[in-house]
Amino acid sequence: MKWETVIGLEVHTQLATRSKIFSGSSTAFGAAPNTQASAVDVALPGVLPVLNKKAVECAIRFGLAVDATLNRVNVFDRKNYFYPDLPKGYQISQLARPIVEGGTLKIVVEGEERTIHLTRAHMEEDAGKSLHEDFHGMTGIDLNRAGTPLLEIVSEPEMRSSAEAVAYARALHTLVTWIGICDGNMQEGSFRVDANVSVRPVGQAEFGTRREIKNLNSFKFLQQAIDFEVRWQIETLEDGGRIEQATVLFDPDTGETRMMRSKEDAHDYRYFPDPDLLPVKLDEDWIEAVRAGLPELPAAMQARFQADYGVSAYDAAVLTGSRALADFFEAAARACGQGKLAANWVMGELSAALNKAELDIAQSPVSAAQLGTLIARIQDGTLSGKLAKQVFEGLWEGAGEVDAIIEARGLKQMSDSGELEKIVDDVLAANPKSVEEFRSGKEKAFNALVGQVMKASRGKANPAQVNELLKARLQ
Amino acid sequence: MSLTPDDVKRIARLARIEIDDAQAQATQAQLNTIFDLIATMQAVDTASIAPMAHAQEVYQRLRDDVVTETDRHAAFQAVAPAVENGLYLVPKVIE
Amino acid sequence: MPDASLSALAAQLAAKQVSSRELARQYLDRIAALNPAINAFITVDAEKTLLEAAAADARIAAGQAGPLTGVPIAHKDIFCTDGWRTTCGSKMLHNFVAPYDAHVIQRFKAAGMPSLGKTNMDEFAMGSSNETSYFGAVKNPWNTACVPGGSSGGAAACVAARMAPAATGTDTGGSIRQPAALCGITGLKPTYGLVSRYGMIAFASSLDQAGPMAPSAEDCALLLNVMTGFDPNDSTSLEREKEDYARDLDQPLTGLRVGLPREFFAEGLNSEVAAAVEAAVTELKKLGATTVEISLANSKLAIPVYYVLAPAEASSNLSRFDGVRYGYRAPDYASLDDMYCKTRAQGFGAEVKRRILIGAYVLSHGYYDAYYLQAQKIRRLIADDFNQAFKACDVILGPTAPGTAFKLGEKSDDPVEMYLNDLYTIPANLAGLPGMSLPCGFDGKGLPIGLQLVGNYFSEAKMLNVAHQYQRATDWHMRLPPQGEASGVRREG
Repeated sequence: MKWETVIGLEVHTQLATRSKIFSGSSTAFGAAPNTQASAVDVALPGVLPVLNKKAVECAIRFGLAVDATLNRVNVFDRKNYFYPDLPKGYQISQLARPIVEGGTLKIVVEGEERTIHLTRAHMEEDAGKSLHEDFHGMTGIDLNRAGTPLLEIVSEPEMRSSAEAVAYARALHTLVTWIGICDGNMQEGSFRVDANVSVRPVGQAEFGTRREIKNLNSFKFLQQAIDFEVRWQIETLEDGGRIEQATVLFDPDTGETRMMRSKEDAHDYRYFPDPDLLPVKLDEDWIEAVRAGLPELPAAMQARFQADYGVSAYDAAVLTGSRALADFFEAAARACGQGKLAANWVMGELSAALNKAELDIAQSPVSAAQLGTLIARIQDGTLSGKLAKQVFEGLWEGAGEVDAIIEARGLKQMSDSGELEKIVDDVLAANPKSVEEFRSGKEKAFNALVGQVMKASRGKANPAQVNELLKARLQ
Repeated sequence: MSLTPDDVKRIARLARIEIDDAQAQATQAQLNTIFDLIATMQAVDTASIAPMAHAQEVYQRLRDDVVTETDRHAAFQAVAPAVENGLYLVPKVIE
Repeated sequence: MPDASLSALAAQLAAKQVSSRELARQYLDRIAALNPAINAFITVDAEKTLLEAAAADARIAAGQAGPLTGVPIAHKDIFCTDGWRTTCGSKMLHNFVAPYDAHVIQRFKAAGMPSLGKTNMDEFAMGSSNETSYFGAVKNPWNTACVPGGSSGGAAACVAARMAPAATGTDTGGSIRQPAALCGITGLKPTYGLVSRYGMIAFASSLDQAGPMAPSAEDCALLLNVMTGFDPNDSTSLEREKEDYARDLDQPLTGLRVGLPREFFAEGLNSEVAAAVEAAVTELKKLGATTVEISLANSKLAIPVYYVLAPAEASSNLSRFDGVRYGYRAPDYASLDDMYCKTRAQGFGAEVKRRILIGAYVLSHGYYDAYYLQAQKIRRLIADDFNQAFKACDVILGPTAPGTAFKLGEKSDDPVEMYLNDLYTIPANLAGLPGMSLPCGFDGKGLPIGLQLVGNYFSEAKMLNVAHQYQRATDWHMRLPPQGEASGVRREG
């Protein structure tokens, strides 16, 4: 039997606020346990929540960026369950009337563009952390993270492979960092993915029973977890078993998913509107002000890069992988006026060097302005491509500005034709055999002569000029 | 409608309140007299009525994103049943 | 001294006829003498009280006194009070020393009013008789075999016995007004949102409202001036201009339209209570008021609606009491889950558990629409009835409770019988309207009878005006219970 995979993702993005969603505690990562847990965060008797405006603004930004419906009146609900990292015994979330509904996100998988529909995005508070190191057989609870603002972004079950799921998660990651609502730091838990996975026979209309893989904090784990889960579900069904709806965890060490033991009772969260929080109203003026403050979005920028700089659709997509990368490219392209060349350098030499050094574009030792100047020197004939790579190395090492490096290392392409003519003549005189071979029809011999000239010029001759001169001499 | 002892045990489980069979029986009887009282509202036709969740028809006031809280964990944990190294201790959590 | 009004006490303090310390000492002595029989206080800490009184004296000496600086007050044990044990009447919090002040406490501290202690209450404010307190029942000073009402029973009893000149209370379904009625004092539940709920341990968040309890309406007006005001820490706190609730006290009642809801004078009302309330209506007419019959047709559904909504909110509000961060934790347990279940089974009393179970049930899967949503819709119908009624009248008048104080234990085995006590008070909570109770007579057993006024939103000054004019014409509020040295008629202050 042929099986089809169905995946929907729920992504928890931590919103980039200074203070928590319902209290004035800091959201900074890494503080000593419970030092950033205020009376509200530890849920002392009598305390009350007050909503952080910036969290709402982040949600509006997201809604506008994915072209979704913003519910002008949205409501916070309580989701009731007991867990030691949930101090109130309920999580404040949005169920019936979330701030964002609908919206779309474009993804590219194997060169194919697809549009994924979003179901909704809602604001909620994060829980604290359970530390399972052994405290005499007890678990330690740190509530610093409790009350951190989250936007949970829920997709429709429209992805059909782990590759699509990863592409969607990456595109979403790019977008939320792009519009500045999330720092995107997956190690610190700022972007966590739950994957709802099911399989069904190809052609069947109904979905199969899904299992939810919780808390995946890297794209690699997302891919591995889905791949394992899909194989497991297909094997189970083909062996005549049934899939039970369940919440599972992915173990990166074994590469397997396993059922969560703590979820033994069927959850009945008893959602109801939080009586401590009034409905949230989004004024048109506020929405428009947020819209005006939005940066150019990745999709718009891709189109513009193709039109303005003549780069391919694929290159445009790569170059808008992050806002920092896109900004870098554009600054370099503007500095040299050579979009395609700039694209090649950013995606080629620069990306390779950054990858090798495990650096982010923001940490690049070579600035966009420097790269632009370098490309300009290729364009004006000062540098050959080969020489330019040497200059790039100099830039990377911090040896100074482009022209200074060219000067100091003597990398200027030979422009004096008299000097080059002399080298050509010397080479022809020194290689009569090659000259003979060329004249008897061996085209290869020509290339050998070019090589000799380049060698003699220590790489500084302009290859085009060398070709021209050699051809003229040999005719 | 009336609650069964199983209903009582189910909701006691949701509410994390230990209850034995005898207590569930007694509680069931009491809750049923209360639900008989509550049942009198079921006859009202409310199809066109919007639910009222708050006493005032006002919208949520929003707070500026400013850190106002300082570290008070020592004071808060002074009243905690079990703490160590700044952490609240609970019986082992199994995920 | 103990039977003086707040303004009289303030005048004596201002004239340096008495110091705040002396005043506090006198009330503390009275508490020491009377409280063993009444059990109105859960926590008394003379040292703390006298320190606060000394600070008030310093303010007075420095010429920085406010209108009530130095006048002591007792606080319901539902308000978190920094450094004071704050129990909410529960074993769950029997050892909880609050690390912060409720907004209401902050305001009384800022006003320079020393705290006389924390008053007894039904556990988590769930009760109408004060019998559900973990710290024992409160006795009615008019007859110690009777209940004081609840949940602010300790507050009402301590004011009635003049162990404190005034007290704070909270009212979710009548918890200020019903005990005020049963103890013969004046109590006011303000419009929802006027007094911050921050630091007031939540019962049902959309209904809870704190208010003053004192012998007279004038006292209540002065206390309301202290208590009300915007608080950024409570999202439901209303941003309004500060007003002086005493400003209209002396206005005549000429032309006042008093609405009499026919449903409040129907079956179920004790005839002595009915007679006293009707006599009060006659009195108000003499003062220039006219009456109009109105209908609050859906108010008969207030109890079922309330016993869905309040337990639903409470079941969630009380989830934080899990033995992890503060309060009671069961001594023996086998696992985390067992710790939760035992802690909550042992830490909560029977009535609280009953309401948590009701709340969990009405919110649970498959029942939400039939119970919770239906109750919220009828809540709107009840509020709409009031909106309609206030087109025809300025204030609504009726009994506060269907009867007078009942015997301890008389209704404690029958929750439904107990719940019916709040028949007339709950509608105002559901609508968010202000309501107050004031003494209007006594029954044949010498127990006080309460008269209820319900006003339109933000009409507290008008209600206090009506009550004050009535209290100038009558002396019910000046009668003192028979025990101890407090007997006799209250001195005009």
